[in-house]
Amino acid sequence: MGTEIPAGACKFYIESRVINPKEDDKVMGRRAKNLSDENLIDLYRTMIKIRLFEEKIIDVYSAQDMRTPVHLYIGQEAIAAGVCLHLGPKDYITTNHRSHGHCLAKGMDPKVLFAELYGKRTGCCRGKGGSMHPASVEHGILGTSAIVGGGIALAVGNALAANMRREKRVTVAFFGDGATEEGIFFECLNFASLKRLPVVFICENNLYATNSPITNRQPNSYLWTRGGIYDIEGYFIYDNDVLGICQKAREAINKARSGFGPSLLECRTYRWKGHVGPEEDHEKGARPKSELDLWKNRCPIKCFRNYLIYSRKIRASLLNEIENTMRHSIDEAWQIGKNEPYPDQDELYQNVYFQKTT
Amino acid sequence: MPWTKVFIEKDETNILQSEGLRVLSFRNALKEAQAQILTKYPEAFLMGEGVDDVGGIFGTTLGLVDQFGKERVMDIPLAENGMTGIAIGAAAAGMKPIFIHQRSDFLPMCFDQIVNHAAKLHYMTGGQVHVPLVIRNIIGRGFGSAAQHSQGLHGIFLHIPGIKIIMPSTPYDVKGLLIAAIEDENPILFVEHRWIYDYMGFVPEEMYSIPIGQGIIRRNGKDITIVALSHMVYESMKAAILLEKEGIDVEVIDPRTVKPMDEELIFQSVSKTGRLIVADVACKTGGIGAEVICKMIERNINLFKVPPVRINFPDTPTPSSPVLEDAYYPTVSHLVRAVKSMV
Ligand SMILES: Cc1ncc(C[n+]2csc(CCOP(=O)(O)OP(=O)(O)O)c2C)c(N)n1
Ligand SMILES: [Mg+2]
Repeated sequence: MGTEIPAGACKFYIESRVINPKEDDKVMGRRAKNLSDENLIDLYRTMIKIRLFEEKIIDVYSAQDMRTPVHLYIGQEAIAAGVCLHLGPKDYITTNHRSHGHCLAKGMDPKVLFAELYGKRTGCCRGKGGSMHPASVEHGILGTSAIVGGGIALAVGNALAANMRREKRVTVAFFGDGATEEGIFFECLNFASLKRLPVVFICENNLYATNSPITNRQPNSYLWTRGGIYDIEGYFIYDNDVLGICQKAREAINKARSGFGPSLLECRTYRWKGHVGPEEDHEKGARPKSELDLWKNRCPIKCFRNYLIYSRKIRASLLNEIENTMRHSIDEAWQIGKNEPYPDQDELYQNVYFQKTT
Repeated sequence: MPWTKVFIEKDETNILQSEGLRVLSFRNALKEAQAQILTKYPEAFLMGEGVDDVGGIFGTTLGLVDQFGKERVMDIPLAENGMTGIAIGAAAAGMKPIFIHQRSDFLPMCFDQIVNHAAKLHYMTGGQVHVPLVIRNIIGRGFGSAAQHSQGLHGIFLHIPGIKIIMPSTPYDVKGLLIAAIEDENPILFVEHRWIYDYMGFVPEEMYSIPIGQGIIRRNGKDITIVALSHMVYESMKAAILLEKEGIDVEVIDPRTVKPMDEELIFQSVSKTGRLIVADVACKTGGIGAEVICKMIERNINLFKVPPVRINFPDTPTPSSPVLEDAYYPTVSHLVRAVKSMV
């Protein structure tokens, strides 16, 4: 790859940053200090799980029996993994249309998720939701909105309930750069800060909303700054830096859990596939290929793996083993999920209203 | 008349071509209408998420940015409510915005601005100000679009005085009605359906407009009237063809605009047939069907030989699973069955 900077949404800040892998190694080393080997392996395993889950979708999607629009998370795995490492099953998260990574990182079973994507009865929403609306109460996911920004308010509401019920739960809201353009984002920042709610706002700035680059939509793309007017501390984490995310998320989650209110993290990243569907989008002309190449070079999994191996923290053979085991279990989960029965057609009319069971 | 005809199969339009008539898809007719509007009215502009991108709103705005520039084919932030208010403000100040939503499901984000502002400004100002705003929105369907990407929400807006609602079904109509909408200079909800973009038909090259509030008989019949909207026009025509083989003569009426509604046309038809089905692309309760049937009863309580029927989505959100989706959408066979049960 040449030194030329690709024209596209990320031009403006790549220009201002010299990428120096050696420097990055040092930073990673400093950050890894606070993490046990077990934590590091967990991070790696979660990222691999997400990647392989979605690669499976890509493999099988052309068969057209997985009839749900898939917004793939490949390229962004560091964020879900780095944040969810610090969450327990009782903590809440809200996700969005790009939901798979967050659900898996929060502990949802891949086969239940696959079953949902296939519209099966044993799917997490009994086939009512599909890829854009997963939910799992036992994992603290109380419903997913594909209306951009919708989940941010639900997260603040989850946090309000936790506070009012004197529970020690933290809520994390995952959302994209596009969602920070919605009024609801600002309304929620205000209220969350006003009431010091235990919520962490994680903005995944992948520089695009559908095909529209952030520079077409916002005059200042540093989204971590948006909390300032509401006294919410903001942090900026460079490209897919999983340990940076991990460290800042831990601080923010601890702060929220201790009653000191919300934080806002902007995590810079890039989605590798088109906005929706399994294909890359540069051939369509949506985004420049050179931009994608640059970000593939900063693959969160590859970079982390290199770091773990070269810093002699974790042996390559162990990482390979993790990957192989995961590949096997994702295959198995897919087999099971795909072969589950469909719901009965009269289930269509169930769940419109809540029915009390006496 | 070539412009009143509905063509279900692409091949059928060959006749038009052999007569030297131009054939366009619904999609391209819509694009042409917008291009002509932008050319004729310097104060017109398009705004919406992705209007200038490689998808071009399912191809309906593709390439317009090259012709008219980014100011008039304006990509916007994801801020539907605020942007609607901005469009209303711009319209009040002399512009003619066409605001485009990829899905009707995003209209609730703009509900306050449409209902409390666009619909009321003319009235509240005692007629000083008016709001020439067209809001294109598209009903999605299929492949697990699910609960938030496949709703038809026009029925909600039917309730609001001050807004007009247009639901074109043919290439000829979409062009003529969009031009009419712009020239009407009122707030107009322009409801499209994702599944009719590929239908073909005769579309003249020049600019023309179709009167708002004028329905059309798509097919003459004497036994039963189907008032069909948008995509249901095609489904009803297919049903009519099947039923014809069984000796049942179906009249299909396409109101084209639902507010104002061509009550007279429907009344004349039902007065003749005594039987009415209203087929819409939205949930049943409180929708257009209820309003049409009520309007008929208000005119003549003895109009119906049999109770009228509404063919709609059921009163549930849209499910994702393919088997539930199949159960959800009414089809040609639903229409056929309904008709048979009534004659
Ligand atoms: C209110 C609303 N407007 C528009 C859309 C259509 N839409 C779906 S995802 C999306 C882009 C979201 O971008 P971003 O928040 O950055 O998330 P990303 O897809 O990049 O992960 C858009 C415009 C929607 N679902 N909801
Ligand atoms: Mg984005």
